[in-house]
This record gives sequence, structure tokens and C-alpha cells, in this order.
Amino acid sequence: MKKLILSTAALAVTAGFALAQSGDTVRLGTEGAYAPWNFVNDAGEIDGFERELGDELCKRAELTCEWVKNEWDTIIPNLVSGNYDAIIAGMSITDERDEVIDFTQPYTPPDPSAYLAMSADVDPAAGIVAAQATTIQAAFVAEQGWTVVEFPTPEETIAAVKSGEADAVLADKSFLDTMVGSDGLVMLERMEAIGGGVGMGLRESDGELRDTFDAAIQSMKDDGSLNELIAKWEVASQF
Amino acid sequence: MFSYCTDPSTLEGLTWLSCYLTTGKHMGFYFSFVTVIVLLLITAPVALLFGFAGASAARSRFLPLSLLGKTYTAIVRGVPDIAFFMFFVIALDQAFEYLRHKVKCPDWSEPIRQGNDFVVCTQAKLPLSTSPQWIHETYGFALAVLTFSIVFGAFAANVLYGAMRAVPRAQLETAEAYGMTTRQTFWRILVPQMWIYALPGLSNLWMILVKATPLLFLLGVEDIVYWARELGATKTARFSDYPHGNWHAIYFFGLLVFYLMLTSVSERIFKRITQRLSHGQATAAGEAQRKAAQ
Repeated sequence: MKKLILSTAALAVTAGFALAQSGDTVRLGTEGAYAPWNFVNDAGEIDGFERELGDELCKRAELTCEWVKNEWDTIIPNLVSGNYDAIIAGMSITDERDEVIDFTQPYTPPDPSAYLAMSADVDPAAGIVAAQATTIQAAFVAEQGWTVVEFPTPEETIAAVKSGEADAVLADKSFLDTMVGSDGLVMLERMEAIGGGVGMGLRESDGELRDTFDAAIQSMKDDGSLNELIAKWEVASQF
Repeated sequence: MFSYCTDPSTLEGLTWLSCYLTTGKHMGFYFSFVTVIVLLLITAPVALLFGFAGASAARSRFLPLSLLGKTYTAIVRGVPDIAFFMFFVIALDQAFEYLRHKVKCPDWSEPIRQGNDFVVCTQAKLPLSTSPQWIHETYGFALAVLTFSIVFGAFAANVLYGAMRAVPRAQLETAEAYGMTTRQTFWRILVPQMWIYALPGLSNLWMILVKATPLLFLLGVEDIVYWARELGATKTARFSDYPHGNWHAIYFFGLLVFYLMLTSVSERIFKRITQRLSHGQATAAGEAQRKAAQ
């Protein structure tokens, strides 16, 4: 009985939190340069898988959401200093990042990263690999002891391969899928299983908001709408 | 924008281009030119004010004030711009929020620094997270103006300090002989005459300021370089009605023309100002003017 009362009290408290949050404005930070995850469309607005996902999550959590563009390099410092409240930018959940910020449960399963090169017989271990700075891919290449060149934007990593500055580019497969075939770029057969799925990043002190988004992601997982969204934008494998 | 733009894939040539150049994204690009020019027009006088204050302070006979002026120019000039723009602005923003927090939420018990996080109460946020996006953008812009002014003010202070010392001592002595006070000598004799000595340094600073505007994007303001990078990037048919390859070269060439025009116009304006200020001065240019007029 005592247990029952306690859990009712706990429930009431959580309900109270949920109520306090409803209608609040939450600012979502994204990069806007990583199709199909997030990009700027012809009208100049943020679009893509994460735009739709974020809007739907906010609807379910009854939050008013505002989108903010921020460079990838400074996306975590600006979150912890409070310029926006959540990162939703195709950010893989890693231990290093988890020390600085908190993550929700992943909204896409862990997917392998792929290579793109000008010919199919390139060996990444022997050549120069391009990757976006401070990504799991850049960390991976450095860890292997291969030669890595880092660029601030995904677009520049592709341009480096086309210009011959790098032999291959390592990135999320879904992003590279949008680039295959342009100017003779081909995908290598080799894949790397890195990263632990993609989640939303939040301040460590913001536990409430994390629980709210966690619950919203769970409800989208449960009714299958998350899988539909993943299929629509071809960002990852499904749950 | 135009009625015929509903299906761009059927268009060709100039009609396609007219649709392409009037997308919402391009409007953002054009607007960013205005942003950059407005930033320059506001920052230049404010930085000059900072510089004037810094130089006057450094010249002061009151030791703490002169130390303050000298420390300001020495420290700010020594720190690399990029470091200043990345860390100083976040620190400045946090300092504002910290002060507001102390005023608005005196009963707050939790610490403001929680690990890596900087947490102030909701009412102390600057701007409030409920404010519309344009207020956030204006705030970012204002922070940018302030930061640019502090950085360039330090350089301007050094230029003006040098200019004040370049005014011939005989001019000041004559003023004293006429019985002017120190303050009168400063405002009536020294300040009007120092500009001609400061001008070459100030025009350099202006040119550097013009070229430093791409740092705006570090502060979250979308400037012309950001948009040129974004618009020039490869667009695939899946995500855009106007697919194209990598057009960075074209967009950056446009920026090159813009910057060259801006600097060439400034160059001409500075030339005219120099001519005006040389009038009646005890400098070679002033002497040449006097001879030509005879």
C-alpha cells in the first residue's frame, strides 16, 4: 500500500512537470547543411528529416518550438551556454559528447558509415581520408592512425575528394547516398560500424526536458510513425 | 516569386535564372548585404568613440585612468580576433545574463554553473526564449557590433594616441601662451589638428574592418559569406527545385566584386577627407595646397 501511495505521488509529480512544460518555448539548434537530415530549402527555411521529426516531437510534447541555425563547430558550446535548448543535428551519441551534454534515446538505429571515392578500388587505410571536423568519422580515422583531413562543412569534404585533395570521404551513409554518381563519385564496399545511433542533445542540467523528449520519441517509436519518417527521408535503417 | 516559377524543371535560360535568383534563400542572401553594410556603418563610429576614449584615457595625467587606457589597447590588440570572437562573446552574453539573474531572481538557490552548463532562471535569459526569432537575431547583431567596436576601438585608440602626439608642440605652446586652459587646448587645438595624422591609420582600420565582417557568422549572424557558401553548395534534385553542381566559384566571385567595390568607394571617400583635412595644416600636403592657391 505504501508503495502504491509513493508511486501515485511520483506520478503526480511527473504529471506536474509535464503540465509546467506545456506551452513553453523550446529552441532547437541544427546545422542546416546535412541533407537529408537537415538542410536549408529553396525558401530559406530549415527542412529535412529532423525538421519534421522535431516539429512532430514538439507537437506531442505540447511545446512551442523555434528553429535556430548554428555552425557545427560551436554547436555544443552554444547549447551549454544556453543559446538554445536542444541539438537536433544528426549527432551520434558518443561517450565523449555524453560527458559534456546529455542525450535522449536514439531516434535512428546505429548505422554504418560509408566511404565515397572517385574509383571503387581506393584503399582508405593507404590514402588520405576527408571527414567533417569533430565528427565520429574524423575521430575514427584518427584512431586508426590513417591520414585524415578535416573540414568544417560536409560539402567541403566532398569537394576535397573531387579535387583530389583527399582519396576518400568517410561520412554517414545516408548523406553520401545523396552524392553518389555526381561527378563520378562511387561508394566503396567497405563500411565502418561506428556510432551509437543519433539522438537529441540537451544540457545535463535539463533533465526534465530530456524526459519530455524521450517520452515523445518513445511514443513515435511505439505507433510506427518514426519508422515511416525514416523511410520517407531515407536517413537510416528502421527500428 | 513569379507566377511561372511553379515548376522550375520545365524552365530554361533566363526565365529559369529569374526564378532561381528570386527564391526565398536568395532573398536571405540579398538581405545579408544590407546586414553587413549596416554593421559597418554602426560599428565604425562606435569603434572610433571607443578609440577616442581609450586614447584620451591613455594620455591622462591621472595614473589609474592612463593605465586603464593603456591596458585596454595592449590586451585587446594582442588577442587573436578569432579567439576574441569565439570566447569573448559567449562570456559577454553570460555576463549580461548573470547580472539580470542576480537582479530578477534573488531567491534562486541552484548554482549558475552546473558542470559545463550555464543555467540562469527563465526570466533572466537574454533574450527571453519566448521572444520571436528576430529579437534573437537583433540581439546577436548588437553583440556583434559591440565586439567589433571593442576590438577595432583598441586599434583606433593606438592610432589616435599616436596622432595626438604628432600634433606640433609649437601649436599647443601658442595656445597656452594665449592663456587657454588644458581642456581648451585639447578640444580647440589638439583634436581638430590630430585627424590628419590619424587618417592613414584609420583608413587602414576601416579596410580591415570591411574584410573582417565574415567573422559575423561565428556570432550566429548570417552574413554574405555564409549564404554564398550555402547557395554555392551542390544541390541535388531530391532536395531542391533548382539542382546544380558546386557553384562556389561563381558566388565567391560575386563577393570579390562586392568587396572590391566597397573598398574602392571607401578609398575615394578617404582621399576627399584627406584633402579637406590637409587645408591649412603644417604638413607637406597642406603646404602644397597653400602654394597652389596663391
